[in-house]
Amino acid sequence: MTAPLLEITGLEKEYQPGRPVLRGITLSIGAEGMTAIIGPSGTGKSTLLRCINRLVEPTRGSIRLRGEELTGLRGAALRRARRRIGMVFQEYNLVERLSVMENVLSGRLGHVPLWRAWLRRYPPADVERAFALLDAVGLPDHAARRADALSGGQRQRVGIARALMQSPALLLADEPTSSLDPKTAVEVMELMARLTGEAGVPVVVNIHNVDLARRFAGRIIGMTGGAVVFDGPPDDLRDHHLRAIYGGEDWL
Amino acid sequence: MRRAAFPANWPLRLALLGLALYALWATAQLGITGERLATGMGEAGRFLARMWPPNFARWELLLEGMLESIQIALLSTALGIVLSLPLGLMAARNLSPWWLRGPVRGVIAVCRSLHYVIVAILFVKALGFGALAGVAALTVASMGFVAKLFAEAIEEISMKQVEAVRATGASGAAVLLYGVLPQVASRFVGFCIYQLDSNLRNSTLVGIVGAGGIGGTLFAAFKRFDYDFVAAILLSIIALIFAAEVISGRIRQALR
Amino acid sequence: MTRQWHRHSPGERLGRLFLSLGIVAALAWAVRTVEIIPEFLADAPEQMADLLLRMWPPVVAHYYPSVHAALLETIHIATLGTILGIALALPFALLAARSICPWAPLRGFAQLVLVSSRSVNSLVWALVFVAVFGPGPAAGVFAIAFRSVGFVGKLLAEALEETSRGPLEALTAAGAPWGSRMLKGVWPQVQPAFWGIALFRWDINLRESAVLGLVGAGGIGVVLDDAINFFQWERVATVLLAILAVVVIAEVVVTRIRARLL
Repeated sequence: MTAPLLEITGLEKEYQPGRPVLRGITLSIGAEGMTAIIGPSGTGKSTLLRCINRLVEPTRGSIRLRGEELTGLRGAALRRARRRIGMVFQEYNLVERLSVMENVLSGRLGHVPLWRAWLRRYPPADVERAFALLDAVGLPDHAARRADALSGGQRQRVGIARALMQSPALLLADEPTSSLDPKTAVEVMELMARLTGEAGVPVVVNIHNVDLARRFAGRIIGMTGGAVVFDGPPDDLRDHHLRAIYGGEDWL
Repeated sequence: MRRAAFPANWPLRLALLGLALYALWATAQLGITGERLATGMGEAGRFLARMWPPNFARWELLLEGMLESIQIALLSTALGIVLSLPLGLMAARNLSPWWLRGPVRGVIAVCRSLHYVIVAILFVKALGFGALAGVAALTVASMGFVAKLFAEAIEEISMKQVEAVRATGASGAAVLLYGVLPQVASRFVGFCIYQLDSNLRNSTLVGIVGAGGIGGTLFAAFKRFDYDFVAAILLSIIALIFAAEVISGRIRQALR
Repeated sequence: MTRQWHRHSPGERLGRLFLSLGIVAALAWAVRTVEIIPEFLADAPEQMADLLLRMWPPVVAHYYPSVHAALLETIHIATLGTILGIALALPFALLAARSICPWAPLRGFAQLVLVSSRSVNSLVWALVFVAVFGPGPAAGVFAIAFRSVGFVGKLLAEALEETSRGPLEALTAAGAPWGSRMLKGVWPQVQPAFWGIALFRWDINLRESAVLGLVGAGGIGVVLDDAINFFQWERVATVLLAILAVVVIAEVVVTRIRARLL
């Protein structure tokens, strides 16, 4: 078995002292496939994801990406590490007034110097790649359109293209489908699974729709109360597990 | 076929280029050379040195001037508000007939267009030196501002609410009181507070042309090269404006 | 017992009473202590009418060459001053915005600079710069610039605080350095507000530049000052009308540009 890509050991996060949101999470993520994290709201799923790329500071614990310890990094080293981790957001987080092309290319901002970004003279290879990604996500003619002229599903596709533009070693997706209607949600998940599979990029996705998780993920992690209570393939996920994760009977 | 990644925004580029070229040309027109700026820096250093430490020895004169400025600000704001109420109502497109609205809007525009210092000079010539000219000048300035914003606020109200009150058979005044004013009251108070702030700032100035307040003391100090007294006066003015901003910020918070 | 309806609670009524009393007291003090000579007040309407009569008709012949040249100089002062003021304001606006600068003391310092710049009127700045650069338009440009810093800086800081954090977060997650984050994540969001503020200030500065000449800082104020001191009232009227025309044209231009921006 190959060395795990991402190793999380004893990760804890307390927003307020004495009230942990994450309790000693220990996980390994391999270099392939989609891992879905499910669990009720407020259980720390988003916090876990954001600790990985340090948008949230862990209180305790270790996170290693390809052997490199992420938790102590600062400044330029932190930025270099972040370049290798792509993120897709629930609210898309596109720069609304910029064009689709500029948004996709902003995934390369960690690599291109400021003057190139300002004068918009990105390296031609990057521009070609951006066009290719736009074709791959199904938005071939949208390069010059303003981001706020797109629908929610289209915006998320641009978000995926932006993340993939980084050629990341790992993709994090924080509730990528929660703002989308059911049909578009399936399309976006399908797109993400296909593109990351083709590019060989492992995905860790937060999702609260269990059906989507079962359908697209190769591994499911169930969290409740800040701890992992289930870790296995979707077929092993039974009703009693779901009850343990979410509580309550009626919704099953 | 290569697709263009970034369609060029030519109007914007030309506009910015034009602006840059204008800036260079205008600087040359005004005769501002690097040499002048360099001498200026030296002078600035000497100037700052003479201003420190600020000299509060003549604090009675200072206090007198500041109090007069505050008085001018208070009176002109009050008078300006009182006059702006009817003017604003008469200038609103949804309340006023065209033959009344036009001239009133013209008057308000003229009040706004001339700088209050120029107005102060004219009032000084007409009414003599002293605070009266200052009050008159700032009242005119207040009218230009408050009446305009008041009229705009009135134009934005929902006429349906006014109609509803009118439908009850209420008199014109009652319609105003119950239908129009409640909708604009909080914004109007906001304008008044802003204008008081603004008048406080400006009242410290009108003295330069003889219309009363600390401005006269300041101008005299400049002419006599009493730069340390100038520093004292400036610090007092800054402190006053700062205090006024803090207070008006609190009032605005309380109103929300 | 019949139920009673009161518009304001007793606490509110007390508060409003105090406020009204306070305002009346302040006004009463102001009226009593301000030195207004009653004769002047009575004389006022007559004096005003006399002055207006002397200003009519404005003589168009006086326009060229001095008034025209001075008017152009005023426009240059206003425009250059606005550009310089915006350039100076940018770093302070960034430092004063909570969403950009997390250190409170630095923010406080930036706010202090902005408040001081705002509290000192452009005329006073003009006095200062005339003492520094000598009389002439250079003093005027710097006076306008230094006054604009506080205004532009404050409004810009407020606009910066209203930007949404999401796009900035995305760029941070992608590993972009600070400069690129600001350029691509923040600047596109504040762009419309920035131009609106710039145009607004330019409009005000045009008005302010017209009077700077009264203290020797160049522009049409110099012509106005001379005309007033020599009691050439028709000339004064010409100058005032010229200023009025420029201000009106500027407002129209600004409104047009703003309409196109939004």
